[in-house]
Amino acid sequence: MASQARQRRNPAAGKSEAAAAQDAVAPSGTVPAAVPEPGADEPAVPESPASTVSATTAPAPRVSEDQLRQYYKDMLLVRRFEERAARAYTEALIGGYCHLNLGEEAAVVGLMAALRPTDYLFTNYREHGYALQRGIDPKKVMAELYGRVDGVSKGWGGSMHMFDVTHRLLGGYGIVGGQLPLATGAALAIDYRGEDDIVMCTMGDGTAAIGAFHESLNIAALWHLPVVFVVINNHLGMGTTVEHSAAEPHLYKRGAAYRMDAAVVDGFDPEAVHVAATTAAEVARSGRPYLLEVVTERLKGHSVVDPAKYRTAQENERLKANDPVATYGARLMADGVLDELDIEALEKEIAEVVADAAAFAASSPSPSVETLFDYTYASPVPNDSRRLPGQPLFGESS
Amino acid sequence: MTIMTYRQALHDTLRNEMLRDDSVFLMGEEIGVFEGSYKITAGLLSEFGPKRVRDTPIAEEGFTGAAVGAAMLGLRPVVEIMTINFSLLALDQIVNHAAKIYGMFGGQAKVPLVIRTPGGGGQQLGATHSQNIELYYAFVPGMKVVAPSTPADAKALLLAAIRDDDPVLFLENLALYNTKGDVPDADIPAEIGRAAVTRPGRDLTLIGYSRMAHVAAEVAAQLATTEGIDIEVIDLRSLRPLDRETIVESVRKTHAAVVLEDDWLTYGIGAEIAASISDGAFDYLDAPVRRVAMAEVPMPYAKPLETAALPSRYDVITAIRQTLAAVGYRTSSQASTVSGASTVGASQ
Repeated sequence: MASQARQRRNPAAGKSEAAAAQDAVAPSGTVPAAVPEPGADEPAVPESPASTVSATTAPAPRVSEDQLRQYYKDMLLVRRFEERAARAYTEALIGGYCHLNLGEEAAVVGLMAALRPTDYLFTNYREHGYALQRGIDPKKVMAELYGRVDGVSKGWGGSMHMFDVTHRLLGGYGIVGGQLPLATGAALAIDYRGEDDIVMCTMGDGTAAIGAFHESLNIAALWHLPVVFVVINNHLGMGTTVEHSAAEPHLYKRGAAYRMDAAVVDGFDPEAVHVAATTAAEVARSGRPYLLEVVTERLKGHSVVDPAKYRTAQENERLKANDPVATYGARLMADGVLDELDIEALEKEIAEVVADAAAFAASSPSPSVETLFDYTYASPVPNDSRRLPGQPLFGESS
Repeated sequence: MTIMTYRQALHDTLRNEMLRDDSVFLMGEEIGVFEGSYKITAGLLSEFGPKRVRDTPIAEEGFTGAAVGAAMLGLRPVVEIMTINFSLLALDQIVNHAAKIYGMFGGQAKVPLVIRTPGGGGQQLGATHSQNIELYYAFVPGMKVVAPSTPADAKALLLAAIRDDDPVLFLENLALYNTKGDVPDADIPAEIGRAAVTRPGRDLTLIGYSRMAHVAAEVAAQLATTEGIDIEVIDLRSLRPLDRETIVESVRKTHAAVVLEDDWLTYGIGAEIAASISDGAFDYLDAPVRRVAMAEVPMPYAKPLETAALPSRYDVITAIRQTLAAVGYRTSSQASTVSGASTVGASQ
């Protein structure tokens, strides 16, 4: 029996989960969506987006051509930025781990397009594209990758830990699943104050196996919190497939365990993601958490240093042939939304943005060692240790 | 001043802070309808309602992390974790998130969070419910860990913890909830990071925190009366930051120290204090620093074994006498100097 709150707040209550999922993805009934039909012939996991896109009919125009061009431009920015980051990593300008959004551009762009500027985003360590799409200056994102003082986290976070309070990116997090309880608590704070914002919390498919996933979805549903949980299903943890990690590989179905509306969407189609995420955000804003699974692909390895040897040559060929940025560009050209000159001009514009970002990052200074002890505590305390390695506790400490 | 229990001091302080500041709210297992496993939150649900006194599912990682997230947006959650043993379920959210967020993002988000949780053995609760693992949190830069031993400090340190902008682990103790003491009527927060010399003395420095600060005070009073030994007692009150200056200043005066702790000996709080004394008062020491801690075993259930594993007053007095003997101190009842260290069956 659905709770009163659910009945009051959620117009989809009472519909089957699959119907709710269909509604979420394709409210008009015209947008292609990768919603698997329940049934005996259901695939073990949602098919790759490339194969499902081709199986659907072309959408009726739902958004302006300007919007379609903007999707492409945004996807292109993420693509070129990440390629530049990979290059900088191989040049040893970026340290640590470096996980890229290559292949996930449409998912990133569609999700971020659904948020209001005042909504909050919690994400994981594969978050450069999200930072860009929240509107953070690419210079500050690249400077963070370089570990410089002008970085979005002042050089304290690096690739995995971007944060910008003004753009309400409340963190990339490096511990798988760590962001879920935090996002749930942020939604609790919004609810506590009676505010109208929502929280979006993205994660990878592997995160669905961790305890924090269950605890957070349960709490969010119990307390009717305004949060959208988004699983970016690129079919792989590092090299472990979803089928080897999840007993129910249709990850969106886990919403049913928490009486949470859920949907799955084709993550190669920015418009479909935008529509699905908008529905999810509306449900969340009405006081109901939501689980959205975005099916996508990771074009390269888990991180820059991973050669992805667990993939076959055949798989690599398929990925290359279905590159979401290239196929989306081709689709817009086929639809007459863009021509080759437009794409050339966009490439040129974005190349400059990325080059400027890299130049800015390279010229930004490293944080001063004098600031090493500045961020241990927000409230100053007596007897806080401020000793460099080897310095004695008492006596001379020069 | 009002005489009240440690429990009452905690309850009243929570209530007053909730009345003072709308952003203060409580979360935890069984704190509302059940009124708390140890009744610290009794009556608060009916007074403040479920929005501010929030019963959680049994999901330490989930609700502790949710408190961290709420704190990032400016609320001041006070989380109750039923016992410190269960905080291990929330370790990732406390250590990898609460303690890291201010620094990891370059000071852009504060985490004004309090985690209240009791430690303590001696209740025949067995291996998983009798631990003293505050050290795990005191180890972590970004965390603050306080451990009040008196009702007055329970109030003053809880006020400080709630008003602090950093995550504070607030260590309580099962054996202290019913202890009584004077509590100031005014709301004056303590300064986190300061120890207190609770009894001045010349002959030896006795250091403890939480329940063991009580044991220290009682033993010092007893030995002063019976043998004229003048012991200086330090109640640490804060484990991170640790007030090394107060410890070292005392040892430079007394030339000897015994550290009392309810946790395990090896790598324990006492080890850190002994190292601090070595750094700051090496030339002043007339005897090795002695530590009295719990036996290094998973706590057994059977009462005689549990009693043997826990540090007793007898163990403390033995350690003091042996340390003073090493110093060359001669008490007024020299004949009573103990030789053995066996504590099996010793009563308090």
